[in-house]
Amino acid sequence: MRAMTWPQRIGWIVITVLVLVWSLFPVFAILMTSFKTPSGLFSGTLIPTEWTLQNYAEILTPGGSAQELFLTSLRNSIGISLIATAIAVILATLCAYAIARLDFRGKRIILVTALAVSVFPVVSIVTPLFNLWRSIGLYDTWLGLIIPYLSLTLPISIWTLAAFFRQIPWELEQAAQVDGATPFEAFRKTVVPLAAPGVFTTAIIAFFIAWNDFVYGISLTSTDAARPVPAALSFFTGASQFEDPTGAISAAAIVVTIPVVVVVVIFQRRIVSGLTQGAVKG
Amino acid sequence: MASITLNNVVKTYDDGFTAVKGIDLDIADGEFVILVGPSGCGKSTLLRMIVGLEDISDGELQIDGRVVNDKSPKDRNLAMVFQNYALYPHLTVYENIAFPMRLKSSNVDDKEIDERVRQASKLLELDEHLERKPANLSGGQRQRVAMGRAIVRHADAFLFDEPLSNLDAKLRGQMRTEIARLQRSLGITTVYVTHDQTEAMTLGDRVAVLRRGELQQVASPRGLYDQPVNLFVAGFIGSPPMNFLHGTVEGDTLKLPMVDVPLDDRLRSAIGDRSIVIVGVRPDAFADVDTLESEPEGGVHVELEFEMTEWLGEVLYAYVPFEVEESVRGKLAELDRDLDGESLRTELVVALDAMSPIRGGDRATVWFSPDKLHIFDPESGINLTRDEEKAEELEEDARAQRTRALERAKASATA
Repeated sequence: MRAMTWPQRIGWIVITVLVLVWSLFPVFAILMTSFKTPSGLFSGTLIPTEWTLQNYAEILTPGGSAQELFLTSLRNSIGISLIATAIAVILATLCAYAIARLDFRGKRIILVTALAVSVFPVVSIVTPLFNLWRSIGLYDTWLGLIIPYLSLTLPISIWTLAAFFRQIPWELEQAAQVDGATPFEAFRKTVVPLAAPGVFTTAIIAFFIAWNDFVYGISLTSTDAARPVPAALSFFTGASQFEDPTGAISAAAIVVTIPVVVVVVIFQRRIVSGLTQGAVKG
Repeated sequence: MASITLNNVVKTYDDGFTAVKGIDLDIADGEFVILVGPSGCGKSTLLRMIVGLEDISDGELQIDGRVVNDKSPKDRNLAMVFQNYALYPHLTVYENIAFPMRLKSSNVDDKEIDERVRQASKLLELDEHLERKPANLSGGQRQRVAMGRAIVRHADAFLFDEPLSNLDAKLRGQMRTEIARLQRSLGITTVYVTHDQTEAMTLGDRVAVLRRGELQQVASPRGLYDQPVNLFVAGFIGSPPMNFLHGTVEGDTLKLPMVDVPLDDRLRSAIGDRSIVIVGVRPDAFADVDTLESEPEGGVHVELEFEMTEWLGEVLYAYVPFEVEESVRGKLAELDRDLDGESLRTELVVALDAMSPIRGGDRATVWFSPDKLHIFDPESGINLTRDEEKAEELEEDARAQRTRALERAKASATA
């Protein structure tokens, strides 16, 4: 990369700081709120005047006011999101590979349909879905959420993966076959390692979409059986009816943010290296 | 080591387009054969059919006498170097070269793999790059890695698909020599596809010229240059290309746009009773009389008005514009399209001694021998002056040279 001049460098630093503050300030505010005592919530200061771990105790330790609600919903969220992600990635991989490699009738229709599905507003389908799920017994079940989540995650997975697979030169597979590989060996030894970063990226995106959903989560569940965290947060109550649950909600929000951050930090190196790995041509 | 035989090989795509129209070609063991032609002539398709990446619609492909039409690429034991090298970007240079030996079908143990990789990397001067990834290599280095991957296989034949077209001119020259050296030292059957006629002329023992999926001529480079079978081969081989002029026969003279040539026996028997012919003359058939040591005997002197000249150090190209006659315009325009030309050439190119004083704008007299004229039929484009005996002599020569080179390679390999 070319060396930057000083004014350029300062410009970049300013922009980076602005973006960081813009995106991280809300997270920081919630983090601070999660350490505040119920009485300190409205102190008007950003930094707690009195630090406490009480909010985390409420949601995580036995006997906490929101512990059962939070931990069951956390289990629901993790399970539902992981299953939805796995199914979406597997189906999307097969679909995208075919789209990238084969010429068949209706290829464009599949891609356009996928796009059309993904632009449908969630709110417009949630009511009919609510009625349908109730009559066929999917209401308030894991499957009842996994299916709509697939409708959110599949289109974007297909699009990202198809773009990824298109970048992998067809010639590599052919070269491997000429080198003496069986078609499956050629796929496993050339396409899979090159596609892995793309599959990871897609899986992470799909997981976030499922993880962050609120509308389906609140509309298609009624009990702890399937209610995911974002929906459960709205059911938090304080220790007594006179206490505001803001502190506990903040603590829960921080707890559910942690896995997301960890996943990105672990895989970002892989994702970036996958995206920038040398092409075949110069 | 193996011979490759193509019997009436045809490729028709699903949409009905026939890319390769019945090609017969015998490639001997250890021979270096070039497939050359303008873009879209089917040369790459043919190569991909030999290696097995493209189905053969009709005809027969034999490797060492065994029909391999239905064998998958992995069972043909051929090594191929692709145009973009097709290196595996996630593997190091070492692993790229070792790749064919790491597959299930190959029974090479780790020690042997290491030995072969080191040997190939030494031969290709890749030793210091073995741990690097292809993305960090220059074009020439990538090219060598691709060749290394082909060498370690101990394949029956090498196939190259325009391997030098992604390199810059200087490197292309170097790699060309390197490929020639490698092929000679290994004595391995090689099929090489290119659209670059310099590569074709310098590398090949024999060159197969293709046009629109049909084989035009298979001959040694000298054979193609001196004894082309038709207008297409004559126009494709040689740089700058052969000049094509309109010629009318009137009595005992052949009238060209700039000069009248008296007919001798050779020309008369070639022309027969035709009254219009296409006359081909290579730029190097001309000479500036002033730069010759003695006045040439016989031949034709012609005074030309040179529009411009290009001095390249070892040669001087002079250009003379002329009108293309209506009667042959169609045929020549078609030829030009076949040769990927931009527009019909209406300039006579003359290659003169670099010492010649002729400059753009001058009127000067140059000389040429009618023996150097090629006469083509204006309808079919067939070369009427082609001398079969001489052509056979040239092929004989090329074969003898080839045998000597192979023996030398064998001798130095055993030494």
